[in-house]
Amino acid sequence: MSDARALRRPASLNAFIATGLVIWCILAAFPILWVAVMSVKVPLDSFAAKPWDVIRGPATLAQGKGLTFLDILVILGGLVLAGRLAVTLLPRLVRRASPPGWLALGWLVGAAAFGAAFVVAGFVLLPPVLRAVNGALGLSPMIGFTTEHYRAVWVENAFWRNFVNSMQVTLGVTAISLTVGTLAGYALARAGSVLAFWILIIALIFRALPHSVLVTGYLPVFINSAEWLRPVLGDAAPTLYGQPLAVIAVLVAINQPFTIWMLRSFFQNIPAELDEAARVDGCTHFQAFRWVIMPVMWPGVITTGLFSFLLGYNDFLVTSLLLDQSNMTMVPAIAGYFNRETTTTDQVEAVAAAVSITAPLFLLVMVFQRQIVSGLTAGAVKG
Amino acid sequence: MKTRTFAAFVAPSVVMMLVFIAYPLFAVLVGSFHITQAVFETVEVETCTPGFLTQTCVTETKARPVLGEDGRILQKTSFVGLENYRNVIQPAAAWAAIASADWRGLMNIDFWKALRFTLVFTFVNLPLVIGVGLLLALAVNATVRSIRGPLIFVTLLPFIITPVIGALSIRWLFVGDGILTRGMEAWTGTDIAMFAQGWTIELLMYFYRVWHVAPFAFVIFYAGLQSVNQDAVEAAVIDGATRFQRLWYIVIPHLMPLIVFVALIHLMDCYRVFEEIVGFRAEAHVKSLQYLTYEFLRPDEAGNRQVARASASSMLTMVGIVILLVPLLRRTWRQHRGTR
Repeated sequence: MSDARALRRPASLNAFIATGLVIWCILAAFPILWVAVMSVKVPLDSFAAKPWDVIRGPATLAQGKGLTFLDILVILGGLVLAGRLAVTLLPRLVRRASPPGWLALGWLVGAAAFGAAFVVAGFVLLPPVLRAVNGALGLSPMIGFTTEHYRAVWVENAFWRNFVNSMQVTLGVTAISLTVGTLAGYALARAGSVLAFWILIIALIFRALPHSVLVTGYLPVFINSAEWLRPVLGDAAPTLYGQPLAVIAVLVAINQPFTIWMLRSFFQNIPAELDEAARVDGCTHFQAFRWVIMPVMWPGVITTGLFSFLLGYNDFLVTSLLLDQSNMTMVPAIAGYFNRETTTTDQVEAVAAAVSITAPLFLLVMVFQRQIVSGLTAGAVKG
Repeated sequence: MKTRTFAAFVAPSVVMMLVFIAYPLFAVLVGSFHITQAVFETVEVETCTPGFLTQTCVTETKARPVLGEDGRILQKTSFVGLENYRNVIQPAAAWAAIASADWRGLMNIDFWKALRFTLVFTFVNLPLVIGVGLLLALAVNATVRSIRGPLIFVTLLPFIITPVIGALSIRWLFVGDGILTRGMEAWTGTDIAMFAQGWTIELLMYFYRVWHVAPFAFVIFYAGLQSVNQDAVEAAVIDGATRFQRLWYIVIPHLMPLIVFVALIHLMDCYRVFEEIVGFRAEAHVKSLQYLTYEFLRPDEAGNRQVARASASSMLTMVGIVILLVPLLRRTWRQHRGTR
């Protein structure tokens, strides 16, 4: 065909595209990778002047902490294997094991179990085995590597408590957002009334509000909640300030506008004939929703859920102002490291904490990349 | 769908938004005209110290907080009109600075400094984000199908990373002994401190924001590129359109709704720039409107939060975003009227 040749790009353009993409990939991944490398070196190496020193870590090696050739092979192999399992075996198992209609829950349990298995295999079982094999083969370390900062962060500074808080808030936000949002999104997609239009427009304005505006409204009320709730709840009236539940409610509300917009456009893509047929067969709207729409809505719900997850997980402003020290989630907790970031050891510990926060997100993209792209294609693009 | 069923479906969501968004908004609006303070009374206090033969007594008037029946300090909320706004905007000082064309003087007032930064930040980033996102989408779309997966994965990384952490990791590369600062120092032979002056921090912030948001624009545009009408492209090729003409007259118009969508989301998100300032610890040099409110809300050493001022500054922040959104909202309204 003649236009196939015309559509083919000249070599110069191809070279330009390739260079551009390589530069972008380096830009995109470098800060994250570099910080990860820094976190496994002793402070002297983390902030060394020469890049190669940071990667190889002579000071870390001098302390006898390092990885042998075999270790590196096993770790890389393990990561590739874990990635493979996550995209092939995990979805199959989840789909087979979860009862119909509970796919989302199945994914949740599956992902948690997978993460736990990964941690146990990688951090508990593997190290002693490798140490023994290395000793037997007489291999000497070639790259500096230490997990001391991670141990300091997770065990000594009790970062696991922040992790639990984060999970509590994030999962709470995701679950409630989706439950409330799917109902509203479905109704908004099917109703073409003026009321529906206005709800959407007002939601759009709410989406634009800076979160600090809302927090200003909550703070005095939450701090004094024990007083104004007393007439209703008696002496058991809680102080909402510092309660994870209150923060979940706040984040769900903040997230609601985006959720209903997104889900609405997903539901618009599901043909209305489907639930009309169910209605003709004598279903109520709720029954039609439960038995006809729910089985086919999961792709949209998963994508929207991912965004809810990100919102809850990444939030700094709301959690840092509305939670007290004992209920702090991970992201504001890292601010605690700023204040005592005086020695380089503290700095590297902060780096390790930052990498710990990023790791789950990394996994999330790995597993759900296809859903993010196809979900945005189907949802936001047409909305 | 009947109104009653519709209401039942929508109710939970609407109630949540009313209670947790509309009500706080109203409370902040009311709160911004009021101020809550401890009630003080002036009392005459006679202090006596024992002396030889006679006591030495001093009488003085003191202001002290009134205690309520439960032994706590009484608080009184009073209407102060625009006082809180005046405290935030500082119209007298600002006007003096404007009158004498003293830009630096104006920038010394936190609110104006924050306003300047927020607006410049939003509008400078807008074309950058859309441009980089579009270029990325076109580039990835031009690659072989087999490497697109890994490419998209790497591209999504900056987007999903926690904003505070993303800013921090860039900060760690550029702090005094960070690897990139060392590199630049070795290259230029001068001493570089990226976090010692406002403009370098701002530069890094622009870089960070484009790095963080461009992937989102990319995903949306990439999705849109999949549905470009191939017939039109082929027709254009037959008509002898150049590559650039095809992009300009076919692809861009096809993507236009998406560009508007990304611009809208970007406008909202960029206007509440906040996490960069925390991550870069830049509050001494650069402040945004949202950070200003955050600062008022954080307890000071005595544990007091300046809620009144925060209310005023957040109302002003909100007015700003509403003004920015009006053109877009009017467009939506006209479309809605048109489709009915």
